[in-house]
Amino acid sequence: MSIWEYANPKKFIETAGRILPVLLPLAMGFLLIGLVWGFFFTPEDYKQGATVKIMFLHVPAAMMAINAWGMMLVASLIWIIRRHHVSALAARAAAPVGLTFTLIALVTGALWGQPMWGTWWEWDPRLTSFLILLLFYLGYIALWQAVENPDTAADLTGLLCVVGSVFALLSRYAVKFWNQGLHQDSTILKVGEKDPLDPAYYWPLIFCLIGIVLLFLALVLIGTVTEIRLRRLAVIEARERQEA
Amino acid sequence: MPELGKYAFAVLASYGAGLALLGAVVALVVWRFRRAKAALIAAEARLAARAAQGHHGQANGGRA
Amino acid sequence: MIALLIRDLRLALRAGGGFGLGLAFFLLVAVLVPLGVGPEGTTLAKIAPGVLWVGALLACLLSLDRIFALDFEDGTLDLLATAPIPLEGVVAIKAFAHWLVTGLPLVLAAPVLGVLLHLPQAGYGWLVLSLLLGTPGLSAIGAFGAALTVGLKRGGLLLSLLVLPLYVPTLIFGAEVVKRGAAGMAVEVPLLLLAGITLGAQAALPFASALALRINLR
Repeated sequence: MSIWEYANPKKFIETAGRILPVLLPLAMGFLLIGLVWGFFFTPEDYKQGATVKIMFLHVPAAMMAINAWGMMLVASLIWIIRRHHVSALAARAAAPVGLTFTLIALVTGALWGQPMWGTWWEWDPRLTSFLILLLFYLGYIALWQAVENPDTAADLTGLLCVVGSVFALLSRYAVKFWNQGLHQDSTILKVGEKDPLDPAYYWPLIFCLIGIVLLFLALVLIGTVTEIRLRRLAVIEARERQEA
Repeated sequence: MPELGKYAFAVLASYGAGLALLGAVVALVVWRFRRAKAALIAAEARLAARAAQGHHGQANGGRA
Repeated sequence: MIALLIRDLRLALRAGGGFGLGLAFFLLVAVLVPLGVGPEGTTLAKIAPGVLWVGALLACLLSLDRIFALDFEDGTLDLLATAPIPLEGVVAIKAFAHWLVTGLPLVLAAPVLGVLLHLPQAGYGWLVLSLLLGTPGLSAIGAFGAALTVGLKRGGLLLSLLVLPLYVPTLIFGAEVVKRGAAGMAVEVPLLLLAGITLGAQAALPFASALALRINLR
């Protein structure tokens, strides 16, 4: 099996149609279990109280917000280098999902920050980076919508994604340099180290993480199928205009 | 319902806003999917109808 | 290439070429901010580095769409794309012309506006130096944005949405240089990083811009 089989839109739609009925319930199931477990059956943190429950939404959303951009970068590179049409459409389909995850991370973060830090917003490196990431998503989506020819749009947005990634990385370090952080470090991989994530939160968080990854994949698959159909539709409509 | 204490607003609002946004993006993706599918089916039906009509017309023309 | 540079400069300097517009905008920012913030010298001195850098950024943005738009409309760009000099070189020259017309005047005007904003004495040298190092990078990044949006009818607004996030690192390091310089602290690290970003942008982005232009000319 190679990704080139799925450069054929028909084959891609068929396969997506077989995967989705499994993937979507699985994603919802993981997410539901994780969130219900996290919300109802976890103890309060000794320092953060009940607000720790926000973590089960905040951390997965933040993680996928970054990974979605990474996936878009890989998909754009595959498109630019090897002209894999479905890949370009997958990048396009991922953008609104990534944008939403970024928004969720920012909103839940603000609501978490208010009781913990005494402020909704702080110009902390992580927070600022996410705000900048939000701008990148907006620019990317706006460029897709502005360019009419689909292949030109795919090329230009792919290029923007690659160049933007470099600058997003630069911004990340610039922002770190610019202000010291208030945001705590990630604790999920600190097993056996100082100040690890409490085991009581570990499993519900894992469930939420898996759930959000699966949900992202499902949404991207659906979105890609949508984009393929929209392109076919555009071709048919163009032909109709020509004949009329 | 778990005891959330003084942080009830923060936690509930987070879950509310987070789930609402998730729901919104799922709804948007599904809505676009349905709309694209319906539009494509309609367009292909038009195409098929026209093709059939075209053949028909040609065949008739040939006979006459 | 020299001929191209001279042609671009002449076009920009001609009446209606937009020369001086960026400068006027820069001046406006420096006038409007005190009107909005209030006249206290201490407050102004504190925000002066940031305001001057943001002003320079926006003034630079103002004339970006002119880099390629006119040549695209009258077909000159098609000729340049097939000319014997590489398109990458054309892009680099055009970005340089843009810098000469907007960036350099901003650098020269900045100390005067620093006076308006009560910039501390120690900051002037660093202000000029940081702008001198940073604005060529802004032009190169801006040329990339202009190349992406050149075929679009209403590209101006989109151009700012695309380019401003890319300006973030330059803005942060540039303003940091002035802030630290004005406070008498060491500035080597942000200064070097600023120079690094500009050099990197100058070296790599013409290739991306030329690619974007080829896509748009297809």
